[in-house]
Amino acid sequence: MELFGLGLLTIGLFVGFGLLIGILFGFFGMGGSFLVTPALLVLGYPAKVAVGSGLAFVFGTSVIGALRHRDLGQVDYRLAGLMVVGMTIGIEVGSRAVFLLQAMGQADFVVSVAYVGLLAAVGLFVLRDARTADGDGTASGLAGWIRERRLPPTVRLAGGVTVSVWVVLAIGVAVGVLSGFLGVGGGFLLMPAMLYGLGVPAAVAVGTDILQITLSGAYGAFVYAQQGAVEVPVVASLLLGSALGARIGAGATHLVDEDDIKGYFAAMLLAGSVAVASKELGGAYDIEVLSTLSVALVFGASLLVSGAIVVAAVGALRRASDEEPTTAR
Amino acid sequence: MLGLETVPGPVEAAATVGLVLVESFLLYLGYGAVTAAVTPVVVETIEED
Repeated sequence: MELFGLGLLTIGLFVGFGLLIGILFGFFGMGGSFLVTPALLVLGYPAKVAVGSGLAFVFGTSVIGALRHRDLGQVDYRLAGLMVVGMTIGIEVGSRAVFLLQAMGQADFVVSVAYVGLLAAVGLFVLRDARTADGDGTASGLAGWIRERRLPPTVRLAGGVTVSVWVVLAIGVAVGVLSGFLGVGGGFLLMPAMLYGLGVPAAVAVGTDILQITLSGAYGAFVYAQQGAVEVPVVASLLLGSALGARIGAGATHLVDEDDIKGYFAAMLLAGSVAVASKELGGAYDIEVLSTLSVALVFGASLLVSGAIVVAAVGALRRASDEEPTTAR
Repeated sequence: MLGLETVPGPVEAAATVGLVLVESFLLYLGYGAVTAAVTPVVVETIEED
């Protein structure tokens, strides 16, 4: 039986995968899109469709996140506006590069290779961060250097930081190119850029990040949808799961220490990198077992990490209730 | 798919983005109501185990 061109089993698979991704997004505040696009690549969707659907999914997920941050006052609208301008230009450049590569018949290979490198790089960064107790402040020198670039006009941001408008736009364009090229929201790049690069307070960086991802995700999805490269049933199924997962993940943040899970998260990113490489090699040399391995790695790693979060949250709840009864009664 | 492929490019694209937006709003509201009702029961069950 099929629904909107997808089999019920496939829909169930996407809803389940969305749930896992939602838990990860809700808990870590990032990690949605750069798992979805590789997963769609691994499942055999063309690169253009994988990227376009990934961006549409990012848009939907960040709308839900932005609604939560809206009332908390955790948004610097001036910074978000500038970032959106920069990212819009960048997305246009990145998406044109994908369409050009698609016309040359090279898009699948190039996007996959870029993903292998990006996932490996971010995975190693998170792994290093997880192994060092104090990962903050490493880029404070960079923030200082960036703030000293006073090329007019300048803009005053939340936290009393004043930076050149051109610096903010340049960061936006750079992240936008990656976003348009790979179908990622850019949160895992923008967060450190705003926090360490611009010196914006962490809470404002998160809220601003999610708002601008909503806007740039909408634009990116629009660009790809014009090419017929957004699979609405796939995105809808993923959102059905991720909206619930995001609530579970967000709830778990009150119970579980993020540092306890970071190592798993890094392993998941590295597994994603190996999965995309495995898929490419399997396809190039017609080795079926490598293609199967790539599917198992993407879904298995997501299941492992989101499962670890849920188990840790349940454990924390039980420990809390074990400590309470004597005083409560 | 979903009857959108017969509409010209930009209109189809806007309809696609709009569809995702509407679904996100509905899911936010729907799951919000569901989790508000179910969470206390789930937490209580876990704590009692």
